[in-house]
Amino acid sequence: MEATSGNSEKSLADEKVLINELTDKEYEWGFVTDIESDVFPKGLNENTVRKISKIKNEPEWLTEYRVKAYNHWLTLKEPKWPNVVYPEIDFQDIRYYSAPKQKEQLESLDDVDPELLKTFEKLGISIEEQKKLSNVAVDVVFDSVSVKTTFQDTLKEKGIIFSPLSEALQNHPDLVKEYFGSVVPYTDNFYAALNAAVFSEGSFVYIPKGVRCPMELSTYFRINSMDTGQFERTLVVAEEGAYVSYLEGCTAPMRDENQLHAAVVELVAKKDAEIKYSTVQNWYPGDKEGKGGIYNFVTKRGICEGDNSKISWSQVETGSAITWKYPSTILKGDNSVGEFYSVAVTNNYQQADTGTKMIHLGKNTKSTIVSKGISAGRSNNSYRGLVKIGKNADGARNFSQCDSMLMSDKCGAHTFPYLEIDNKNSTVEHEATTSKVSEDQIFYLNQRGISTEDAVNMIVNGFCKEVFNKLPMEFAVEATKLLALSLEGSVG
Amino acid sequence: MSVEVKKVTPIEHFVQSAEKNITRSKNNYLKELQKQAKIDLENSVFPTVKNEEWKYTNLKKFLGNEFLPASELDKVELSKTEIEKLKFNSFDSHLLVFVNGMFEKELSDYAELQNKIIITSISEAIESKNELAVKYLSNVSTNNSSFDYLNLSNFVDGLFVHIPDNVVAEKPIQILNISGNVGAISFSSSRNLIVAGKNSQSTFVQKHIGLSGELYFNNVSTEMYIEKNGILNFYKVEVENDNSFHVEKTDVMQMRDSQFNHFNFTFSGKLIRNDINVNLSDENIESTLNGLYIANKSQHIDNSTFIDHAKPHSTSNQLYKGILDDKSHGVFSGKIVVAKDAQLTNAYQNSNSIILSDDARVDTKPQLEIYADDVKCTHGATVGQLDKSALFYILSRGIPKDKAMSMLITAFAESVVAELKIDELKDEINHLIFEHLNRDKVL
Repeated sequence: MEATSGNSEKSLADEKVLINELTDKEYEWGFVTDIESDVFPKGLNENTVRKISKIKNEPEWLTEYRVKAYNHWLTLKEPKWPNVVYPEIDFQDIRYYSAPKQKEQLESLDDVDPELLKTFEKLGISIEEQKKLSNVAVDVVFDSVSVKTTFQDTLKEKGIIFSPLSEALQNHPDLVKEYFGSVVPYTDNFYAALNAAVFSEGSFVYIPKGVRCPMELSTYFRINSMDTGQFERTLVVAEEGAYVSYLEGCTAPMRDENQLHAAVVELVAKKDAEIKYSTVQNWYPGDKEGKGGIYNFVTKRGICEGDNSKISWSQVETGSAITWKYPSTILKGDNSVGEFYSVAVTNNYQQADTGTKMIHLGKNTKSTIVSKGISAGRSNNSYRGLVKIGKNADGARNFSQCDSMLMSDKCGAHTFPYLEIDNKNSTVEHEATTSKVSEDQIFYLNQRGISTEDAVNMIVNGFCKEVFNKLPMEFAVEATKLLALSLEGSVG
Repeated sequence: MSVEVKKVTPIEHFVQSAEKNITRSKNNYLKELQKQAKIDLENSVFPTVKNEEWKYTNLKKFLGNEFLPASELDKVELSKTEIEKLKFNSFDSHLLVFVNGMFEKELSDYAELQNKIIITSISEAIESKNELAVKYLSNVSTNNSSFDYLNLSNFVDGLFVHIPDNVVAEKPIQILNISGNVGAISFSSSRNLIVAGKNSQSTFVQKHIGLSGELYFNNVSTEMYIEKNGILNFYKVEVENDNSFHVEKTDVMQMRDSQFNHFNFTFSGKLIRNDINVNLSDENIESTLNGLYIANKSQHIDNSTFIDHAKPHSTSNQLYKGILDDKSHGVFSGKIVVAKDAQLTNAYQNSNSIILSDDARVDTKPQLEIYADDVKCTHGATVGQLDKSALFYILSRGIPKDKAMSMLITAFAESVVAELKIDELKDEINHLIFEHLNRDKVL
């Protein structure tokens, strides 16, 4: 059943060779790993919710929380306001739990199922390599259940907790209880309620007071089993004066049926704390006719609870048939800072409705929004954002810039910013531009012997540079690669 | 237990007055049109804050009033001297006077135009089978809401203007809409239809002015159709009664090579909503929508623009500025849609607001929807306060703070006011700005 269409071991350094080879390339990460799975039958009811909770051996309060969320979800209607079109989702036609069968607790990498290891190698994230070379601790989430966590010891010394949510629930139940659902309550929206009811796994990060996390934490999500919706939850808590940089990267195998992904991410930054959250999202976007692909409906929110805290979101979105997410920051503490840097690329029939919310509540709070949208093929790319300045947010400052680039005459680029200002000492600026790749620039590069395809790639990379600069090093490299891949064949 | 009284909903209330109005209508064509509008009104609901286009404007309190049709209440008697005081009289203009939605020919003064331009009430134009009036009445208007149906089913007289091909009207045409003072809480439906012929040029100045007395609701609908190469300037000034409500929709259809300049100056009125939709349905069109709104006390001013670039090679410019004082609430939402075929479109939109007090509030929602690739579209929005360093600079030259602030306000408003083509009107607007903000004029 293994169909390897991609070859990830290729040297990525030679970008020119890569671009040529990628012409009309199928989705590179499209393969299915053959592992036995514990799979629930399709469908959702209160029993499913309770069963998930039981399998995970969860405390009583969480089971009740899930049931409450489920009952609330029943009262909600699927939101229709985003600027995206997709067929009705049948929530009873989804499997809500699947776990790879595991025999016993594993001590070393040799004990890990070789099939799994192979998968990671194909994805380019060989655990050994990660361990030895890149100083990145990887909590690998493979279809909902965490398999192997590395670098636990180094982190333990510092008092940092970085573990799967289910493990954290067993080891640090009080800590999880305190923050779980505090930033995104289950009443928040349709998909947040669904996630709260059926989430199967996630990550928990806790940085104690005054600790600077020595490495970048990263989690790879991967949807593997057929028709399994993935409902992840991430909870990051940075205590007073702490710092953490968290990376999230996604790839998914090729599917003809649409798959739903509704994750929830919660960030809590206490006084003087800083959280940096970076995402590279490259899920299967569907084929050239717009068939298949992942639906990515995510609720991400952070709260700058204490004074002088900072939350920074950076994201590169190239995948998914439909992306719908608004990483937001609530600036509650005085002098807190929120940042949002985003590149969203859509090609073929992809649709993206993404942006951010900056809610200014504290005094002298600052936020910066830089969003770059690139549309090609027949895709639609929307920026939707909210900047809200509360009555007591004296001296609040916001700057937003949303630029769109259009690469074909059949695509669309849209901007829907909302500015709500309730304070006279604040300053809010928003600007947006839409344009196409300038012919002058292409001509200039052509004349210097650079092919049109390469020229466009260079120009687009320049267009996105402001955002790429904000990404951690290894992500920036990957992002540049993804961009070239996503826009493949879109230049006439 | 009290006896349950069946409450009449606002829609039902307006449907009832529409029914009465329709029975009085003499012309069959108009009657049918208004009947249909009444049915549409019955089947519609007034927008709430859940409606995306009305997100920041709550109509609940406003619709709680029981408005009686002004046409059935006391007639307001005004003398020519009173009209002189109400209109803009610093510049020479032809004058059309409307009182509570009714055309007052006696008070108007447009004899000079009679051989050049057709000016009549809509009902008369329809009665005399004016082809253009029949063709365009209610047909330029798009995206209709309950307020449009309310206007169409309830309007009595209305204004119809046709500027024939190749006619250039040298003097501006002033439309004076006077509302209120009918002895009860009232509403009136004003309707305007302007057809600008090929190569024609004309300038309109419309002033909405409120009389003191009971609160009223002025529901205005204006349709404009601009033929090939026509130029139409429309300057609108709203100085309604402080307790009154003003809901207005302007629909414009532009043909090839035409130019349209719309200026919207909003001063008093409790709740004001201005909608303007411009349809650029051919090539090489220029359209400018500028606005300035000054709000104080607990005023609510909501400006909403929509520009539809349907064909290539057109340009649209928008500049909206707001100054908010006291507890006022300003809203601007602007939408630009560039259709698939509309290559080489240039669309610019800018919205700037200044907040002068702690309790004022601004909500801005500029939107771009673009489906063509070879376009230049930008929008910008800022909300802030008077520039502190500029203020300091002026203060350090010995100018008192109040004056310094007035100077900065003038400078802020200048970019909109300066574009007006009638110099005297600029002065009148500047005067109104300071009067409305209770400030002394500086220059």
